[in-house]
Amino acid sequence: MARIIVITSGKGGVGKTTTSAALAMGLAQRGKRTVVIDFDVGLRNLDLIMGCERRVVYDFINVINQEANLNQALIRDKRCDHLYVLPASQTRDKDALTKEGVGRVLDELSQSYDYIVCDSPAGIEHGATMAMYYADDAIVVTNPEVSSVRDSDRMLGILSSRSRRAENNDEPIREYLLLTRYNAERVDVGEMLSVEDVQEILSLTLLGVVPESKAVLTASNNGIPVILDRESDAGQSYADMVSRYLGEEVPHRFIHAEKKGFLSRLFRG
Amino acid sequence: MAVNQHKSVAEAHRPFELKAANFTLPILRLFDNNVEAVAARLGAKVEKAPDFFRNTPVVIDLGMLPPGSGAIEFPLLVGLLRGYGMIPFGVRGGDKEQNTAAEALELAILRESYVRRGNGGDESKGGDERETAAEDESRPAASEPAQTAAPPRLSSQGFMLVKRPVRSGQRVYASGGDLTITAPVSSGAELMADGNIHVYGPLRGRALAGMNGNLEACIFCQDLQAELVSIAGHYRVSEHIPIELRGVPVQIFLDQKILRIEKL
Repeated sequence: MARIIVITSGKGGVGKTTTSAALAMGLAQRGKRTVVIDFDVGLRNLDLIMGCERRVVYDFINVINQEANLNQALIRDKRCDHLYVLPASQTRDKDALTKEGVGRVLDELSQSYDYIVCDSPAGIEHGATMAMYYADDAIVVTNPEVSSVRDSDRMLGILSSRSRRAENNDEPIREYLLLTRYNAERVDVGEMLSVEDVQEILSLTLLGVVPESKAVLTASNNGIPVILDRESDAGQSYADMVSRYLGEEVPHRFIHAEKKGFLSRLFRG
Repeated sequence: MAVNQHKSVAEAHRPFELKAANFTLPILRLFDNNVEAVAARLGAKVEKAPDFFRNTPVVIDLGMLPPGSGAIEFPLLVGLLRGYGMIPFGVRGGDKEQNTAAEALELAILRESYVRRGNGGDESKGGDERETAAEDESRPAASEPAQTAAPPRLSSQGFMLVKRPVRSGQRVYASGGDLTITAPVSSGAELMADGNIHVYGPLRGRALAGMNGNLEACIFCQDLQAELVSIAGHYRVSEHIPIELRGVPVQIFLDQKILRIEKL
């Protein structure tokens, strides 16, 4: 049986798709059979971030409507054999996601994969609730600012009441916090919420802190999950996140601003 | 009527009898679901004739709200009306969602035809009117609105214990008892209880104790950062909570119908 992970936030633009791509790639690189599903019907982006937009023939909705089978719709990643992408439809609307249809597809995927990563759309509407309904784990992506924190909090409330696990009175969804677009310098001068501030409000297990980084945009534009950019701080922190998700103890990095040394100050101004 | 009275004297051993009666009641007809706008206008009205509204039962009419205007903040509205001495006891003309919200506050749902029959007779306390509603045989579902709203987690002892964080947008209502939370309560969350509320963690949302009008109800919390606290409809918003009482353990209670917050 696969473990179903939903990447969610409530607020848009916080880095859900970037995180989904990075997590899926990270799990696959460790030999886990992984599929990542784009639930953002009508505004699909995951295929772009994964760099497989030209290979989309059938999509998630086709599979739900039984117009295509899973093998026709799944796109195998060219960089990693264990990773598959199930793209969203760009032409339908979110109502095409039915609870039964999504459940059937996830059941079928569960037979042959270890992890199913669900990239949730922003908001708390139908698409987002469908993405989280069947989840076992939830990674709540939050930016260190008040509106994002509040939306995440709202999302956590919905997670604990409107999921399959909640309805069946099973063990609740495991909830993790991922802070993205974190700028340690701005935190130090009090312009941004700190890790501690966010933790105090949300009180969740911290899975990682991803610093604001130019590498993320560059990677997205090139269709490469940022986790593959091992030189960048964002890539490294996503790799740490995957390790922590798999139960390894990894110290948090990039939380505090680096003290600029005398020489670097001299040369960089 | 005289014959009836005579009969009841003759059969005095019966502890009660069920009768239908009609009352004329003031109706608060909402055109807007913005409770703050209602509060402003109502304040002005009550000021002119404060005695007129004292202990007056009121029906909230939702029929004139623009369709799709969404949820109404019933706890706030009911608190507001109670604050002015009125006794809001029922709603009419609401949609399903509004009715459910009203039932959660133990407001009776009055059917249109039933309300319209009201003709002559004295104003009465809310309780009497609800009795009449119960007698209306054509509408058995309305007889116990409070019971259908009872949350599943309420234990038989009449209290409710929540161990997980109460998140923004969540509502917890302990009907007929105390509510205890052993986790943080986020801003935008709403706690309601007919009895006391205890929060062992930061309270950042709203807490409304004594929902059924119990003036003895209290709120206890370890770390007060609430948006709003209310006891039996007497409320205070965060900007009126003194800074030295924020972030510390406090108890909140009514003293001569004045809401007081004291350090513990």
